[in-house]
Amino acid sequence: MSNVIKIKKGLNINLVGEAEKTVKELSTDQFAIKPTDFIGVFPKILVKEGDAVKVGTPLFIDKYRDNIIFTSPVSGKIHEIKRGAKRILLEIKIDSDGLDEAIDFGVGDPLKMKREEVVDKLLKSGVWPFIRQRPYSVIANPSDLPKAIFISTFDSAPLAPDNDLILHGQGDIFQKGIDALSRLTQGEIHLNLDADASHSKVFTNSKGVQINHFSGPHPAGNVGVQINKICPINKGEVVWYLYPQDVLTIGHLFIEGRFNAGRVIALTGSEVLRPTYFKTKIGVNIESLVKNNVSNVEKRFISGNVLTGNAVNLDGYVGFYATQVTVIPEGNYHEFLGWAKVGFGKFSVSRSFPSFLFKNRKYRLDTNYHGGERALVMTGEYEKVFPFDIFPMQLLKAIMVEDIDQMENLGIYEVDEEDFALCEVIDTSKTNIQELVRKGLDLMRKEMS
Amino acid sequence: MKFLRDLLDKQKPHFVKGGKFEKLHSTFEAFETFLFVPDKVTHSGAHVRDAIDMKRTMIIVVLALIPPLIFGIWNVGYQHYLSLGMPYDFWPMFGFGLIKVLPVIVVSYVVGLAIEFGFAQARHHEVNEGFLVSGMLIPLVMPPDVPLWMVAVATAFAVIIGKEVFGGTGMNILNPALTARAFLFFAYPSEMSGDKVWIAEKADAFSGATPLGHLLVMDVDKVPDNFSMFLGTIPGSIGETSTLAIILGALILIATGIGSARIMLSVIAGGLGMGLLFNLWGANDYMNIPAYQHLIMGGFAFGAVYMATDPVSASQTTRGKIIYGVLIGMIAVLIRVFNPAYPEGMMLSILLMNVFAPLVDYYVVQANIKKRLKRAKAVINA
Repeated sequence: MSNVIKIKKGLNINLVGEAEKTVKELSTDQFAIKPTDFIGVFPKILVKEGDAVKVGTPLFIDKYRDNIIFTSPVSGKIHEIKRGAKRILLEIKIDSDGLDEAIDFGVGDPLKMKREEVVDKLLKSGVWPFIRQRPYSVIANPSDLPKAIFISTFDSAPLAPDNDLILHGQGDIFQKGIDALSRLTQGEIHLNLDADASHSKVFTNSKGVQINHFSGPHPAGNVGVQINKICPINKGEVVWYLYPQDVLTIGHLFIEGRFNAGRVIALTGSEVLRPTYFKTKIGVNIESLVKNNVSNVEKRFISGNVLTGNAVNLDGYVGFYATQVTVIPEGNYHEFLGWAKVGFGKFSVSRSFPSFLFKNRKYRLDTNYHGGERALVMTGEYEKVFPFDIFPMQLLKAIMVEDIDQMENLGIYEVDEEDFALCEVIDTSKTNIQELVRKGLDLMRKEMS
Repeated sequence: MKFLRDLLDKQKPHFVKGGKFEKLHSTFEAFETFLFVPDKVTHSGAHVRDAIDMKRTMIIVVLALIPPLIFGIWNVGYQHYLSLGMPYDFWPMFGFGLIKVLPVIVVSYVVGLAIEFGFAQARHHEVNEGFLVSGMLIPLVMPPDVPLWMVAVATAFAVIIGKEVFGGTGMNILNPALTARAFLFFAYPSEMSGDKVWIAEKADAFSGATPLGHLLVMDVDKVPDNFSMFLGTIPGSIGETSTLAIILGALILIATGIGSARIMLSVIAGGLGMGLLFNLWGANDYMNIPAYQHLIMGGFAFGAVYMATDPVSASQTTRGKIIYGVLIGMIAVLIRVFNPAYPEGMMLSILLMNVFAPLVDYYVVQANIKKRLKRAKAVINA
């Protein structure tokens, strides 16, 4: 066993509604790709309503990087192209015909192919957008040579899906994906495993990778933390990252020659009656996923986990990168003298609530702020859940005043908003920290380009 | 509580933009959120939030101030009757103390909150809860016989010059409560120092000097015994005398994690260290008093627990907090022993370190920045 990297700072939020470890097939015909899932992409649409598409038919491209193509996950017909304010492209809805006719991109052994050939195949098939880069967490630039590629095999976020289950028995496909990735970098491919949990042979038997073990609370499973501990990003460097199901998609591409948009999605959260896993495709409709399986209270549907996911409506769709849907109650109620109560049953990391006495309690949390937004007063809070060698409060203040030099000095290249999610949860001042971090990253990206 | 909620919901339209009392929006918001935690829900970022908020945080600090407050009220009465040579029961003493202390608290809160509400209104932002603590701290660092108008002036000065001119809660450089005390100390020295002010309505013949007052003139023999100083049955500011009560408050702050134990311990370590250093030197009687006596005299314990730990004016980094705390302890003892003009060094020491806290942080953060630059250079050179 290789070395174990211990993450000490962090927090596991125990929620009600963990998915039962069974995978069900989901049959539905409604899918959508949401251009808003891709940070920094200016979509240029290539299809119109009513067009017939196959699996792998280009839907839109990035206006400023036109080799980055986004393709259809299913075959069928473009149902609607939904736009929002200022004509921003929101959803490209596709009615699936269930036939899954696919464009053939050709099979091939990546180990015998040149780097350009591998890149070309990934780009054309629309698989490339799964490869993202740090800093900024945007889709990787095909001409960059990353200093390493990171794959986190475990998700430590609340109610996160279990990749051991999802990838069970797909070792060959996973390995093929790894082979393809190995052509993209001259550095290592870091495959990061949870040191505390059992791990599937799919990961432990992988070849051509550097296996690392991480232990500790969330965010131990975040690639940001893992990169920071193994090969921290300096100015000008890029590290690419992706997730296990994305590697499978790459593997499928080289084995079958087609874009396989299959995804196992965990339906979780306290308002789900029977939380479980569903086998479906990217961009599946929320309503068909939760049908007859949620409680009657007013709910928040989240594409992703409660820390970093996006709120979606019942008629919305699961995000491109999401492998989890969480359903929790809305918190739009007034609580009489809530701050003065002892607060049994409330979730808090602060010992001013009795929750610290009940470590293993599982919570049914809602979306209430539990307080008003205030100036930053408390110090030393973020540091308890932020396992980076970075001063979080100082970095946030640098972002607030848009001090580019200071942001760079304080290590903004090493983080993205998901790394700050826990800081946001525990913040006494109720600051919207993730929004702020994204603002800082966008500013840096604009400044550096 | 439905009735209250309905009442608020009915009145709310008057206070929002365009309503009759638009100008009182912040005031309404403050009262509404005092009664009810808002129904605001998350819209981006993390969908769930911790139950802690600023009100909870501040109320815990106020709770931690209750032990020294209760003891202070009793001690004001006790010292008064002691000076008159009249033995009295608990309740008359407590009652006398209450008559003396309660008006000070009321004046401090009324003046301070009025200004806070006014500023919040003018700036169109929420009323911050910070003054709930400052408003209690100010009375506790006042002499028992302080004229009420002075409390009012000092509070106004502290809130306006100490806090609001810097942008309000979270932006201030100096601890507001100590700013109030320092203001009185320099503006009205005769009311804030000497032998007369530490016992309310004392008999003239009775010496009312504090232990630090005795030491200032090298009257080592007159310093009360350790037990009285620890218990707090000595003359002094309303809330500062009882180390025991302050320890109770400190335990609340440390147990809840609201107050920084790191700062408290660092201040104590700094004070003890400096005391021991003086013991080694031993040039005069003051230097020779046991180092631990510094901790139970004057405002040392009160300052270490309630003033130095103010998160806004203290250092913000973990390492910075230790440096900041140790220096407060050291400088406090240094001023006590060396400066004949100021018997109590704690107030000035904390204010001084408040000013230097950002500098301490600057160097701590610079170390991190340098480490990052070095790492980047190593990559380039490799």
